[in-house]
Amino acid sequence: MPRLVSHPDEVKIVTRRFGQGAANIDRYLELGGYQSAKKCLEQGPDWIINEMKASNLRGRGGAGFATGMKWSFVPKQSPKPKYVLVNGDESEPGTCKDHLIFLHDPHSVIEGTIIAGLAIGSKLGFIYLRGEYRYLLEIVEKAVADAYARGFLGKNIFGSETEFQIITQSGAGAYEVGEESALMESLEGKRGVPRIKPPFPAVVGLYGGPTIINNAETIATVPHVIAMGAESYAAVGTPRNGGTRLFGISGHVERPGVYELPMGYNLKKMIYDVAGGVRGGRKLKAVVPGGSSTPVLLPEEIENLGMDFDQVGKAGSMLGSGGVVVIDDQTCIVEFALRTISFYQHESCGWCIPCREGTDWLKKTFTRFHAGFGTASDIDNIQHIAQNILGRTFCPLGDAAAMPTLGFIKKFRKEFEDHLNGKPCPYARHEELAAV
Amino acid sequence: MADVTFTVDGKKLTAPAGTLLIDACRKAGIEIPAFCYYPGLSLQAACRMCVVRQEKVPKLQTACTTQVAEGQVFITESPEIAEARKGTIELLLGNHPLDCPVCDAGGECELQDMTFKYGAGESLYAEAKQHREEQQWSPAVFYDRPRCILCYRCTRMCGEGMDVWALGVQSRGVRSVITPNGGDRLDCEQCGMCIDVCPVGALTSGSYRYKTRPWEMKHVSTVCTHCADGCRVTLGVRQIDGDAVIIRSDNRDKGGINGDFLCAKGRFGFDFVESRERLSTPMVRNAAGKLEPATWAQALAAAASKLKEIRETRGGASIGVIGSNRTTNEENYLLQKFARTVLHTNNIDHARSTDYAAFARALAGHKDKTASLRDIAAAPAILLVGGNPTEEHPLLAWILRTNVRLNKARLYIANSQSIKLERQAKAVQGLPPNGYKDLTSILDRNDSDFAKAVMAEESLVVIFGSDFRGQGVEDLVAWGLKRGPNPDSVRFAIVGDHSNSRGAADMGLFPDLLPGYVPVTEPGAFAEYPGLPAAPGKTLPEMFAAAGKGDLGALLVVGANPVGKQGMDAAALKNTFVVVQDLFLTETAALADAVFPAASLYEKAGTVTSTYGDLQLVKKAADRAGVKPDFEILVRLAEEMGADVKALVPFGKGGVSADLGQSRGAQAGEADRHAVWLAAQGLEPRLSPLDPLAVLDEIERLVPGYTLDRINLLSGNDVRTELGAAQGRSASSSDGAGLIVPAHDSLFTSATLGRYSFALKDLERHQTQAVTESAAD
Repeated sequence: MPRLVSHPDEVKIVTRRFGQGAANIDRYLELGGYQSAKKCLEQGPDWIINEMKASNLRGRGGAGFATGMKWSFVPKQSPKPKYVLVNGDESEPGTCKDHLIFLHDPHSVIEGTIIAGLAIGSKLGFIYLRGEYRYLLEIVEKAVADAYARGFLGKNIFGSETEFQIITQSGAGAYEVGEESALMESLEGKRGVPRIKPPFPAVVGLYGGPTIINNAETIATVPHVIAMGAESYAAVGTPRNGGTRLFGISGHVERPGVYELPMGYNLKKMIYDVAGGVRGGRKLKAVVPGGSSTPVLLPEEIENLGMDFDQVGKAGSMLGSGGVVVIDDQTCIVEFALRTISFYQHESCGWCIPCREGTDWLKKTFTRFHAGFGTASDIDNIQHIAQNILGRTFCPLGDAAAMPTLGFIKKFRKEFEDHLNGKPCPYARHEELAAV
Repeated sequence: MADVTFTVDGKKLTAPAGTLLIDACRKAGIEIPAFCYYPGLSLQAACRMCVVRQEKVPKLQTACTTQVAEGQVFITESPEIAEARKGTIELLLGNHPLDCPVCDAGGECELQDMTFKYGAGESLYAEAKQHREEQQWSPAVFYDRPRCILCYRCTRMCGEGMDVWALGVQSRGVRSVITPNGGDRLDCEQCGMCIDVCPVGALTSGSYRYKTRPWEMKHVSTVCTHCADGCRVTLGVRQIDGDAVIIRSDNRDKGGINGDFLCAKGRFGFDFVESRERLSTPMVRNAAGKLEPATWAQALAAAASKLKEIRETRGGASIGVIGSNRTTNEENYLLQKFARTVLHTNNIDHARSTDYAAFARALAGHKDKTASLRDIAAAPAILLVGGNPTEEHPLLAWILRTNVRLNKARLYIANSQSIKLERQAKAVQGLPPNGYKDLTSILDRNDSDFAKAVMAEESLVVIFGSDFRGQGVEDLVAWGLKRGPNPDSVRFAIVGDHSNSRGAADMGLFPDLLPGYVPVTEPGAFAEYPGLPAAPGKTLPEMFAAAGKGDLGALLVVGANPVGKQGMDAAALKNTFVVVQDLFLTETAALADAVFPAASLYEKAGTVTSTYGDLQLVKKAADRAGVKPDFEILVRLAEEMGADVKALVPFGKGGVSADLGQSRGAQAGEADRHAVWLAAQGLEPRLSPLDPLAVLDEIERLVPGYTLDRINLLSGNDVRTELGAAQGRSASSSDGAGLIVPAHDSLFTSATLGRYSFALKDLERHQTQAVTESAAD
């Protein structure tokens, strides 16, 4: 089990039960588990949705859509069954928070799913784990079985007349399936490619029924919001950005790990204080603030940057999935860009032309460029290809490849130029790249 | 949906709310490019070519997924949009092999057209392109991945359109490939629709690939000769060694009843015309009893003198005539007129594959009760009784599937076997073999879900085939007619087997019925036929029986093979003088005393009537040395017999004589348009006795139900014929129920013709192997 980190600035809400054996249902109950679900069962759907709206909880998957709002879009009456779908396809490089939730506190996801089901009047929820998390599936499946055994799931949950069932499903290893409509396709047993929107899942989703899809962290937060009250939860964060966030700090820091910090927490402080500063006392070169798809930020851009959806957006990047990647001054940005685009090239589903072809040409060009065979026009070509992807693709994942690429060129053009004219990479790690 | 008004490129357009922008624009003549969008198939929004600018929306929007609403404002062409489209093409061309100079699609490639329009002529990339070896999936379909732009038209056409689901996508990202779901070979109906919809040269046809360039062919739109559904095909013809040779058959002209559709037979089965077994010279049986080549003059003289001699010595009643299911209406009409007025016999019949005569009898006096294929395509409810259209009538199956899929039509199936179309059916009624007669009582009892659903339908199209004969047809039709006086409360379609089976029946190739199912005993307008025999003649089996007893002096067989296909006794013809007009030396032709090499349907002009009564123009595509259309052979035979050719074919006004066979225009069907001008000038319109349209004039004049919409017909459209038009019914019309022999052709067989198609036999072999292999797994 990965070592847990902690810091005094942390506000432990979602991570409250981490490291305390809460995967065991008895322990989870001792720690106050399933009380929120019971309360919601008594209070009814309107109350739940109002609480969620008041909590200012925003989706933790990356887009930051208000959770209460999303739930309220589901029609009350529907001829087709309604579904709750938990998106545990956590695949964005730099992101590793859902992993810990499934590992340490799977019942919080189950409880959150029940509450979401009660809120929209659904009888069936799905917990979808990314293919590479297959080893977590056992833990989650055990937790679901235990919840069934206690009567928290089934025909009559908590002894009521209400039914709610949960099915767990593992993916087949595709980043694309993190996109909600592609996830539904995958869950239905089809190729993991996105669907045309509208209709949105809240109206026509899984198997054509109204569906809410939430990130695993969002769902795991729900029972805590109910337990502590929407007002108190909202008070923790900044305006319009309720509560805390699980920030996964990785890269060149002394104490990498997942920290639960209030929304709006200062990024510089997060790196230097919470994560113990840049590794080996080196200088900070750049930060990727919210997973590999978010544009890179320079040290001077993070001075007073509060980590919430709105502030990071204003700074020209995105809070994304909360995966903070710290880059020290010994890192080649061209290589970093190559590594990033290689991921998107590998994970492009191939559905639409700009992403399928564009990521491949970007990868090819970056590979040659970093190997020292770049030409002056390559830099413009890279920008041109990324521009041809940006905003033109079927789903947001094309943007996820184009945005960081454009960011790297914009902010580190000099470093790209330094690779020209046969000059070797100043960071001299060519050999290792052969494996990329 | 209510109409909404919106603005496209400054033009105000109106369309029902929710119409896709791309459709609304195309209808208004505003071209929006798209690779993945294909009318009638599910939306993809994958190619990103149809992007447009919508006012007040931050990103470019795809026109194929945008539904129009009141007051929207769009721009479809601007520097920004052109740049986006160019960017997409640039990315596509990155891995595209640019082998246009050798690619089949060169000249008719959508990627080529788009590149010409939007540019991206220069590549920005220095790296190697993705390469994959070409694959052969079946004798009909080849796949070249580098050329593929992954528009998914093929997978959707195969799945959604054909309900075959043989194609899928394998791998992901830039490595994605289209792949047969069964592995490395296609186990499917081999319809080739995937090739037709491919916008580039990724899917190529086994019969056409690398043969020629599209601009080197003349494209002739005509009617398929294989089954009775009446698909329009576009034949690509090229001059080779003086002959006009068919290189390709496809569905380039999508204007026919078949719309997008064409099956394996229509697409690949044209090669019988080039078969090495094709007859190219007349033959006459010599003194030694062997067939030997002869000149046309020798053969015509031999046949004519003998026919004349028998007519004069033994009477017309000792001559029999068997007509064809594949010759044109004009030829069939001419044949029966030749039989009745030149040979003076009513001994005329054809191989009947379904009981059109009973159908006509049942509908006598009821107008507008037959369903055209277009009626079926738009019908809200259809009752399909018997048969297996997926195998035997692929176009009908396509029309039914499409109607269910796109219009939510309700399909009801009653059948003694399980058929694939059940997948589209709303309700199915199983029947015991030979249990079709009970269907109407099952429906009338109205106590099953099936019966209740069918009976509740306000309007219904009833489709049936050879499972109903004679009284069975009459009972079924009588049941349907009870449904109500409104023509749409019931319509019927009867399914026969060959490309002009309906025409053969409509044109009176019956011993007891004249064209239009007019009884010979009450000939009406046909009384003008000089010397029309009054009594009904012999049916096909009766002719053979008479021959066996030595009572049939001569037998003229045109495009039929009663010995090979109807199981008639070859020995019966021992003492009969047999004349055969055919493409091949069939079992019947091999017994003949004189054989004339005939042109195929692809080598002549005229009209054919589909089994649904849709009449279409046949245009001459190929030209083959040595053969003549059956029309010409008959006229020459009549002339040789000393008959009044002008009475047979109403050409020329009095006193004008025309030479035989000089009228090229007549052959090509062009004469009629010219005729309009000629008539206006007071000149002679029909100058040649070989002009089939001269006979079409007479058909229109005399045959009930054949009042045609000429302008539409000549424009290449299908026009309606009416089957219930003949008033009254004759007590003399014989019950032909026992004479029906359905062909039961499969997707790859086509009666006698199919035997001479290498392509169809190859496909059949491929499919048989596929079935055997999967059984072994």
